[in-house]
Amino acid sequence: MKRERRQTGEVVALILLFLAITVFTVGGFARQWMPPVASAHGVGVDGVIWYLLKATGPVLVTGAVIFMYFLWRYGRGRPTPAPTPNPRAELWWSIVPVVGMMALTEVGVVVKGMPVWEQIYAPIPADAVTVEVTGQQFEWIVRYPGPDGKFGRVKPELVDKTNPAGLDRDDPAALDDIVVRNQVHVPLGRPVYIRLRGRDVLHSFSVASFRVKQDVVPGVLNRVLFVATAPGRYEIACTQVCGMGHYKMHGAVYVDQPQDYQDWLQHQTGWLQQ
Amino acid sequence: MSATAEHAQPGFWRHYVFSTDHKMIGKQYILTAVVMALFATTWSVLLRLHLAWPQAQWPLLGKLFPGLFQDGVLLPERYLSLVTMHGTVMIFFVISISLVSGFGNFVIPLQIGARDMAYPFLNMLSYWTIVPACLIMLASFFAPEGAAGSGWTAYPPLSALPDAAPGSGLGQTLWLFAMALFIASFTMGGLNFVTTILNLRTRGMSMFRMPLTVWTMFIASILGILAFPALTAAAIMLLLDRLGSTSFFLPSGLVMGGTVLPHQGGTPLLFQHLFWFLGHPEVYVLVLPAIGIAFDVVAAHGRRPVFGYRTSVWALVVVAVLSMIVWGHHMFVSGMSPYVGEYFSIATVSITGPFAVLALNLVASLWRAEIRLTSAMMFALAIVAAVGIGGVGGIFLATATSDQYLHNSYFVVGHFHLMIAVVTFFAIFAGIYHWFPKMFGRRMNETLGKAHFWLTVPTTIAGFVTMHFLGMAGEQRHLYDPSAYKFLEPVQWLNVLISILLFIPGAAQFLFLWNFFHSMVAGERVGPNPWQATTLEWTTESPAPHLNWGAELPVAYRGPYDYRLNGAPDGYEPQAAAPSAAALVTS
Repeated sequence: MKRERRQTGEVVALILLFLAITVFTVGGFARQWMPPVASAHGVGVDGVIWYLLKATGPVLVTGAVIFMYFLWRYGRGRPTPAPTPNPRAELWWSIVPVVGMMALTEVGVVVKGMPVWEQIYAPIPADAVTVEVTGQQFEWIVRYPGPDGKFGRVKPELVDKTNPAGLDRDDPAALDDIVVRNQVHVPLGRPVYIRLRGRDVLHSFSVASFRVKQDVVPGVLNRVLFVATAPGRYEIACTQVCGMGHYKMHGAVYVDQPQDYQDWLQHQTGWLQQ
Repeated sequence: MSATAEHAQPGFWRHYVFSTDHKMIGKQYILTAVVMALFATTWSVLLRLHLAWPQAQWPLLGKLFPGLFQDGVLLPERYLSLVTMHGTVMIFFVISISLVSGFGNFVIPLQIGARDMAYPFLNMLSYWTIVPACLIMLASFFAPEGAAGSGWTAYPPLSALPDAAPGSGLGQTLWLFAMALFIASFTMGGLNFVTTILNLRTRGMSMFRMPLTVWTMFIASILGILAFPALTAAAIMLLLDRLGSTSFFLPSGLVMGGTVLPHQGGTPLLFQHLFWFLGHPEVYVLVLPAIGIAFDVVAAHGRRPVFGYRTSVWALVVVAVLSMIVWGHHMFVSGMSPYVGEYFSIATVSITGPFAVLALNLVASLWRAEIRLTSAMMFALAIVAAVGIGGVGGIFLATATSDQYLHNSYFVVGHFHLMIAVVTFFAIFAGIYHWFPKMFGRRMNETLGKAHFWLTVPTTIAGFVTMHFLGMAGEQRHLYDPSAYKFLEPVQWLNVLISILLFIPGAAQFLFLWNFFHSMVAGERVGPNPWQATTLEWTTESPAPHLNWGAELPVAYRGPYDYRLNGAPDGYEPQAAAPSAAALVTS
């Protein structure tokens, strides 16, 4: 008898523990942790995350409530009727979660997620601003095509401190290419297409406020497409471990008003003309 | 003439060191894992100290670990080495070898009614391959430029180019050699498990009478055998890229230290495919046995048959099959084709179906139970909570569109810690509290066990759940100094909170270790079946003798979980009890 009462105390403590874990988890996720979204497709990414939170939260809470109820009901040493395995019921109780969870999650991927995914990987619009970003240990080399609108030739053997992009003087199109370090200027409200390149190890170009993340893979030309929706300065972070200086491989995207962007661009001179 | 008498007890060396007895080898694996866990936990404490207070100086730690600290501050390259080694050692040299190799070895022959593994010598060889692997892995800290620092995934080119990072020199080479030995050992173990389960089941032990622990070990072993060769290939190719100037993973145009490297024609993405072709199934190699142990413990200490034994088996099979074709969800932002990405996304979230069956069957196994709140049972219950939260987190990462934001963030770190650290460690604890009597003939102290539970479970779950919030705020993993980013300033307090939450269970494990080793010599002695459990291992003496049973092997007359089916409140029908005798066995 004494043992039973002791277990009742423990069962109550366990139920309180699982209740606390549930409240902590659900309450924590309900908070808006993400930095304010500043890109067009980012709204869609947030939409998918919130859909999943709202769809899975009740599942988690329901499971927790049943779990705690079972602990309370069958945890205090009171005799209950012996259970008899019932294959039919067990089969049904498999079909319900399979259908339920797959419907819930495939809606997230296909119905909610795919349109946003298509936005991220859409064909590059004709009016997009094209910027090339090269990740290298431990900085971002940013190149604009310059007034001629064409990226000039680059060669890896030409890369050095004075020529971080490895621009080839022999190519006329390279002469006016603008090269800056660790800062990307883009106009507000216009599609921005970033050609992502790498030449040493993997990096990842990530701007939390834009919900943008794309690996830099040497030998592969990767792409980022976004439309910035709020002016300001947004931090670029490298999110793929790349060595000792990984943590300080940051930069910034400046979202300017279209006129300010044009002014900035016009004040730049070609790297090789400096 | 009994079997035990025919085979005399082996001498000290053959019994304790070069043993071919599956029980001793299982214990050896678990003890090796304990030692490795002490290292890997210490490293994580250093990491968490630095992440919570990146500017603080720790002169004492600087004296204790002179190679890692400078002026009392952890060095960035050493930070990456510690992260890499913590991950590698925990996944392969702690959880894999304790949960799978350790419990698998100890439990499988006992639960299927076999005298030993199918290949006892191979079994010994498998353990003695792990030992040098552990030593080489640890020794890599003493490489001139330090241990590997390219993460447990060892993505090239970082891991392929010795000049790319301090840890990419000899440290990375030793890392690869140690991993190659680990894979060799784990493959030998897996082959042994599968062969043993297929061939050495006792009379009456049909596949659908096997306890779920055996089922999960069986499925995990098949997964390991199928998936590890991809990593073997990748590791050999990476070694050749490093030492033999091949270019499997290295494209042309690489610039390192101002010079263009002669490599051409390879791609780093190939390594990622090969790595995750192993890496994702490996997750299930760890999680499935944890779930199997949870089922066995919940049944024995909940005094009722597992709810949905057959549906659970089929759900395990489906999870295993799916786990082989979803590896690409680790590569959504790698530059892989977006069409392929959508395929991997659709396939991955479909795992929630069978996985939900497993979670629901675990919860439903409490329905009409007679719960006995032992330490083993409490940890098994905590597994259910961790599986629930961890499983839900996985959906966010499996959905390609939300992974666009959450990839490589602390959300990922929190998620995989919940699934392959919390769930698996809780299963290891549940398994040890449950099978300790069979291992050593004594019981662990229940009061200490419960103190261990209360110090471990709330803090661990809260700590790793909080990591999800940090990831939602955008903090990236492998980040040496969060204060390098302005947008992370408002959430730095989460790092402090996580560290404090996780230091508590870190310290509490010493309580567990004390209980473990003290109970080995001074625990309360128990008989063959202290839990009144049904499965075959409880029909032999505690500790189980050499060759497990006397002259006669037990016969399985029924399924593994016939608890309370004979009407008596505490009654149970052991698998080995002949039908006529069954009615007599009540507690």
